[in-house]
Amino acid sequence: MPEVILQARDLVKHYPIRRGILRTVQGHVKAVDGVNFDLHKGETLGVVGESGCGKSTLGRLLVRLEAPTSGTVEFEGADMANASGKELRALRRNIQIVFQDPYTSLNPRMTVGDIIGEPFEIHPEVVPKGGRRKRVQELLDLVGLNPEHINRYPHQFSGGQRQRIGIARGIALDPKVLICDEPVSALDVSVQAQVVNLMEKLQNELGLAYVFIAHDLSVVRHISDRVSVMYLGKMAELGHEEEVYERPTHPYTQALLSAVPVPDPTLRGKRQHIVLQGDVPSPANPPSGCRFHTRCWKAREKCKTDVPELILRPDGVGEHFSACHFAEPQVIVPTTDVSDVEPDERFAEVDHRDPATIAEAEGTLQDADGLRPETTTEAQANLFAPIQDDEGHPGRVPDERRDV
Amino acid sequence: MSTTTSAAPQTRSGDGKITYTPVDGRLLDVEDLHVEFHTEDGVAKAINGVSFHLDQGESLAILGESGSGKSVTAQAIMGILDMPPAKIPEGAIKYCGLDLLTMPDDQRRWVRGAEIAMIFQDALSSLNPVFPVGWQIAEMFRQHRGMNKSDSLAQAVRLMERVSIPAAKDRVKAYPHQFSGGMRQRIMIAMAIALDPAVLIADEPTTALDVTVQAQIMALLQELQQERQMGLILITHDLGVVADVADRIAVMYAGRLVETANVYDLYAKPAHPYTRGLLESIPRLDQKGQTLAAIGGLPPNLLRIPPGCAFNPRCRMAQDICRTDRPELREVAPGRKSACHFAEEVLDA
Repeated sequence: MPEVILQARDLVKHYPIRRGILRTVQGHVKAVDGVNFDLHKGETLGVVGESGCGKSTLGRLLVRLEAPTSGTVEFEGADMANASGKELRALRRNIQIVFQDPYTSLNPRMTVGDIIGEPFEIHPEVVPKGGRRKRVQELLDLVGLNPEHINRYPHQFSGGQRQRIGIARGIALDPKVLICDEPVSALDVSVQAQVVNLMEKLQNELGLAYVFIAHDLSVVRHISDRVSVMYLGKMAELGHEEEVYERPTHPYTQALLSAVPVPDPTLRGKRQHIVLQGDVPSPANPPSGCRFHTRCWKAREKCKTDVPELILRPDGVGEHFSACHFAEPQVIVPTTDVSDVEPDERFAEVDHRDPATIAEAEGTLQDADGLRPETTTEAQANLFAPIQDDEGHPGRVPDERRDV
Repeated sequence: MSTTTSAAPQTRSGDGKITYTPVDGRLLDVEDLHVEFHTEDGVAKAINGVSFHLDQGESLAILGESGSGKSVTAQAIMGILDMPPAKIPEGAIKYCGLDLLTMPDDQRRWVRGAEIAMIFQDALSSLNPVFPVGWQIAEMFRQHRGMNKSDSLAQAVRLMERVSIPAAKDRVKAYPHQFSGGMRQRIMIAMAIALDPAVLIADEPTTALDVTVQAQIMALLQELQQERQMGLILITHDLGVVADVADRIAVMYAGRLVETANVYDLYAKPAHPYTRGLLESIPRLDQKGQTLAAIGGLPPNLLRIPPGCAFNPRCRMAQDICRTDRPELREVAPGRKSACHFAEEVLDA
């Protein structure tokens, strides 16, 4: 098993609730309440959960955008959670973040070159001053954008292209870990696949480890090696992708999986639907014992008093982490292995470059933002430099990474 | 309301209430609908000749990405487009055989809400924040049925109970912000079904909701539809939700229908390259080792829709004819239509 690169231990983030004229603290929103996990080199850890479960706060804690209330985040053995000043700055180079909304996470008054080059101002040792512009163009090329567009502004790009800019900024400092907070949620279906494929390609080329935070369980399954399910600030289940999806042992995971619609009408009426009653309780006042007990059909007395630990529990085949006193595996979605099915290339794109860039270079695209590209022959020469992985297609995780 | 003549499928009872009767179960006929928006940059052609129909008790899904014209279609049927900038230069929207676009305003107001109702994606901004939810639901009865305050509030409580809002009697006086997203969407549904409409349009009803709540809301919608034999138009980009709910699907691209089919046929064998591309670009929960094949490029700018087939710049099958001749939506197999010059080839692939 590859080495552990990032380690979270008993990570807690409580936000104080202040009320009244004196703004006294009346309680806490327990956004993240004791999270433990290891992230290995080059792997993707998916984090799924519903809104308010603390998954985004977890992402912000991992890059130290928020200081944790308690607990540690260790990057290669060095504690980030309690570092400060120079030390923290040096550590941060290794962990970068990509945000959900490509419309608000890019400064509209900065050019793409300035946005992607800004990390070099803070970490001047990464690329010497003279080479920065060239490095930014390389990065644009790497994420499938036209390097000639370095002087454009964010509004001149579509949503998918903006997300590529956010990714280019994220990988500018050559980090080892990239935290992706809902990176494809704001994108249209047909564009979402382009960005997912790009992220897989970058991981293969750069050996990045991802923490992929999302609410879409299908996307997370597709991209992740391991998956953790969060509920009210705690992890309910953690395991390899096939363990969590094929033999989930926590009732919450089972309910989540049963609620995800599958794009196949022949499964209509044949799938088991677990309907949860009520809404997620407030994280300011989470239920005692197991936090899921108020909505769980299996809950007994023990669940109301004893907090179930996230420990290895048998799942029928082996064992994986689950935080349920009465963990037992249940097949919710029968899985088909389609790894030998190649999509028909007459209908879809298997190139990693931004298809808009290709189309633009070929002169076939109606520019989405009403700006005709000033494509030159030189730019076209750049554009046609193939960017592909060894096998020439994106979707596959190499086998050696499968058993991470 | 003096224009009702001939054997029109509407009758008026003594109290002035109009009853519309569908002919052979046909509720809605949209014929060659065009909608354009006049903007400073030019004319954006949001809908360019869309025709479809809806029968009683049927679920029709209109599937498309942002900018495909699916929401504009819904707003045109509902009669809530801002005109200007919107303009409907051509087309007809017939409800029980009567064209809503040429109907007098007072009659149209009657149809809206009482006969055709709509739910929106964002329940928080669709509800008025300064009125209690019960008051807003009751308004339907006060405005359309002339009910008094206490009777209409009693009706509101009944509806809130029907859509499974716990402790409806106490919560009828609560304000929208005091409800969760799922509960707010239930209140929207209660308002929409208040007057027992024959057609319910749901515009991305669950997009803003979590997956477990989405399942609850979709289940409620289906239940109400069956109970009341409503015609349901579900507008969405989510191929998963469509597969669970719809009877028929109409796929929209750049303001046109590119494919219509029954839900089983469409997922088994799409007849348009765009539909096929969409199906191959979404990750599936029940598959592992899947290769995601993205559709190239971006949807076109509606100010400059490419000549020929609007999908041709993104289509890998495109030939010269696709760049010059616009393919008509034509029958390519029994009960299915596709707007592709090479639809048969796509079907056989």
